Amino acid sequence: MAVPLSYSMRNLWKRRLTTILTVSGMALVVFVFAAVLMMAAGLQKTLVETGSDDNVVVVRKGSTSEVMSGIERGQAAIVEMLPQVAIGGEGRRLVAKEVVVLIALPKRGAGNSNVVVRGVQKASIPLRPQVKLVAGRLFRMGSSEIIVGNSIAKGFTGVGLQGTLNWGMRRWTVVGIFDAGNTGFSSEIWGDVDQVMQAFRRPVFSSLIFRLNNPAAFPAAKTAIETDPRLTLEAKRETRYYLDQSEMMAKFLRILGLSLTVIFSIGAIIGAMITMYSAVANRIGEIGTMRALGFRRRSILAAFLAESLLLGWLGGLAGLFFASFMQFITVSTVNFQTFSELAFKFTLTGRIVLQAMAFSLVMGFIGGMLPALRASRMKIVEALRAA
Amino acid sequence: MLQLKILFRNAFHNKLRSGLTILGITVAVLAFGLLRTVIGAWYAGVDAASASRLVTRNAISIIFPLPIAYSEKIRQIEGVKLVSYGNWFGGIYIDEKNFFPNFCVEPRTYMAIYPEFVLSPPEKKAFLADRKGFLAGRKLAAKYRWKIGDTVTLKGTIFPGNWDFVLRGIYRGRDETIDETQFLFHWDYLNETMKRLIPRRADQVGFYMIAVTRPDVAPDTALSIDKAFKNSLAETLTETEKAFNQGFIAMSGAIVTAIQMVSFVVILIIMAVVANTMAMTTRERIGDYAIMKTLGFGGGSIAVMIFGESLVIALTGCLTGMILTFPAARAFGQTLSTYFPIFIVSAQTLWLDLLAALLIAFFAAIIPARRAIRVGIAEGLRRIG
Repeated sequence: MAVPLSYSMRNLWKRRLTTILTVSGMALVVFVFAAVLMMAAGLQKTLVETGSDDNVVVVRKGSTSEVMSGIERGQAAIVEMLPQVAIGGEGRRLVAKEVVVLIALPKRGAGNSNVVVRGVQKASIPLRPQVKLVAGRLFRMGSSEIIVGNSIAKGFTGVGLQGTLNWGMRRWTVVGIFDAGNTGFSSEIWGDVDQVMQAFRRPVFSSLIFRLNNPAAFPAAKTAIETDPRLTLEAKRETRYYLDQSEMMAKFLRILGLSLTVIFSIGAIIGAMITMYSAVANRIGEIGTMRALGFRRRSILAAFLAESLLLGWLGGLAGLFFASFMQFITVSTVNFQTFSELAFKFTLTGRIVLQAMAFSLVMGFIGGMLPALRASRMKIVEALRAA
Repeated sequence: MLQLKILFRNAFHNKLRSGLTILGITVAVLAFGLLRTVIGAWYAGVDAASASRLVTRNAISIIFPLPIAYSEKIRQIEGVKLVSYGNWFGGIYIDEKNFFPNFCVEPRTYMAIYPEFVLSPPEKKAFLADRKGFLAGRKLAAKYRWKIGDTVTLKGTIFPGNWDFVLRGIYRGRDETIDETQFLFHWDYLNETMKRLIPRRADQVGFYMIAVTRPDVAPDTALSIDKAFKNSLAETLTETEKAFNQGFIAMSGAIVTAIQMVSFVVILIIMAVVANTMAMTTRERIGDYAIMKTLGFGGGSIAVMIFGESLVIALTGCLTGMILTFPAARAFGQTLSTYFPIFIVSAQTLWLDLLAALLIAFFAAIIPARRAIRVGIAEGLRRIG
């Protein structure tokens, strides 16, 4: 017969201070575990949502980001004429030849950071349906006007509506602020490509983005671009392109998070072990009585293990509860891979919840196993005499 | 003396529990020490940088080049002793994960400005004589088992193509704070190739490195350099090497802050564990305290005993952790040498370890001590177990 679960629960309640201390130790570990995974998930989610599956990014072969890439006008014209390119309204091809550069801007509160300036064409806007203007108006083609993403408007100084920036011996006026939701575009500044190229003295485009007329046509377009001897370019689906950019940073965060939590969990497991050993030591008499009443060794083992798992479960719940508030926080930091600023939110996914709960139960299990074994191995007579 | 003996006896009365607690503190101090060392490694570039060297780059951002013609103009500015220049190359060796810093420089002036890179005279001569030659740090050469005379190919990301280099010298750092994982080659090699392949990208440099005559003229010199190129197509931004390196760290500031916060969380976790141990210990010993009170010991001396016991446990764990930090840091530094070329446990870290242990001991003992002081004699004696 099993010892009722309420026995384990009441024991925890009886020694509240100890329970609270042990649970809070575990909760902190789970909090760190969840927070780091949420950061990596948020980063990846932001970059994945930046791309859409039927868009293709074309960059120079070997360059890992748009900033390093360069596409000559002649090469761009060849790609533009591919039969796989979709035709939009007004019968125009849905192709945008863009230039991407980094500029240093003063960040609110801390030094300068690199911000992406993207010179765009008319077609860039229908190619990125996520981008929506929230204040002001769109820039006029052919003028020194720019629009900024809302993460940049919030995080940097001097880029509010009607703010001005100086590059290339010209003054640029912010005429609009756009919201691109939870995507990388929210951390960018957009202007007319011809004006931006002229100002930065860049005679070549950085990348070329086009919509496929049929999502399945990607392999054909890729082969056409990469086997053409006139082109030294490579094509990637936009989703793939942005996923690649998040890989290194997300991996770094995950490794950091996992190694930290493994070390921390040793501390929490020891805490649980101390608590459970003393729970056993205080209750030798009780254990003897239960054994004398006919409870099996197995049931005693299960009862103490249940108590320890309960500790872990409470710790996991508390840790996740506090970690869920992290979702309100937006971090803005430089992505090592692109060397430019990117804002993203901590994101709690179902997978992280499961991982964190499993992790906390494992901590409870490891911490409780040895003490529970000791409890179950006691001899009835000795246990009763010790009380 | 007697009190000290009682403290130790009490602390190790329950061997299993004290042992586990000490183990916990050891792990926490170890983790704390390693995290502080990681942060230190992050700032290693700033610490090694000199305040008497200036770096000039394009004011728009680091990705834009400056014309090579600026070199002569900068040399004429008052306070400037030597001018060198270079480009970040960003080449990939076989695979993207084999990262190491690689850039090209003007070798003669570069080696004069950076005396901390130590190179034997024959190797220096061989490097200067070969335009396709390169220098590698001791650690870098050891990692990929390069020997003098080996040909190494990098795949260009910023400058397209496959680039062949011949190892002509292996430099050592003047002391252990100098990065020994760099890859340096001739700026001329890059420039001549660019002239041939992409003429519009030739005759440009990524940054100028400038040695000034005296450290105290550095700020003024920086201002006059920037003034000289004001309102030109490529305006410059000149700052000391320290500030320049600091700028890179400021960009990943969010991550450094996160690691810093996490290093304090580990202290909180272990504080909870130790507080738990102390709470249990005093709960079991309430009867003892009641007897001591009957004998005439005041609340103060009982509190001293509890704080002392907590201190004994915390300090034992802390010392073990501090000793273990050194071999752990060495192992950690070797596996992560790609990210952190410099990985040294600083004296400040050890002091912080000690401070953390004292804080843990103090905060863990507060609640139990309060309880023990408040307990009435009769109540304490009545209580069993």
